[in-house]
Amino acid sequence: MQLARVIGTVVASVKNESLEGRTLLVVQTLNKDLEPAGKPMVAVDSVGAGKGDLVFWCRGKEASFPFKREDTPTDCTIIAIVDSNAHVTQA
Amino acid sequence: MILARVVGNVVATKKDRRYENASVMLCQQINPAGDETATTVLALNAVDAGVGDMVLIVQEGWGASTAATGKAGAAIDSAIVGVVDRIDLLEDE
Repeated sequence: MQLARVIGTVVASVKNESLEGRTLLVVQTLNKDLEPAGKPMVAVDSVGAGKGDLVFWCRGKEASFPFKREDTPTDCTIIAIVDSNAHVTQA
Repeated sequence: MILARVVGNVVATKKDRRYENASVMLCQQINPAGDETATTVLALNAVDAGVGDMVLIVQEGWGASTAATGKAGAAIDSAIVGVVDRIDLLEDE
């Protein structure tokens, strides 16, 4: 899992029918200081995240587990919304 | 598995239900010499690791889910499964 900021939304009219009704968001992965690290990716949302939210995502096969795992083709899913920047604490 | 140092934690109220009661730790990946790399990862704490600990993180979903929640099949791809006491490397020749 990694921290990320939702920086945009994706609209895709033609898609696999199992992605029907799913929200696709563009996420920018962040480092521990909440600075961008690496390239943006497209993630499927499972928790109601929106643009600007600080979130974290899960990769791989496990990304499809919040949905019907057999039929949602995703390898990157937003699984939590971090309460605020201050809720990422470094001692 | 990867080596990492625990640097903090993350609080999220709205999350996948399998994350209830789990603690999500902020970890900085390190190399075997103990130097931090550029990669920050989050991992569920399956061993009560604390900030500053050098830890082992398993990044395979089945093992991570089972270690962190006792049951496989959750949207969890990383879990802290050990606290490293020391690493001995071969000397450079």
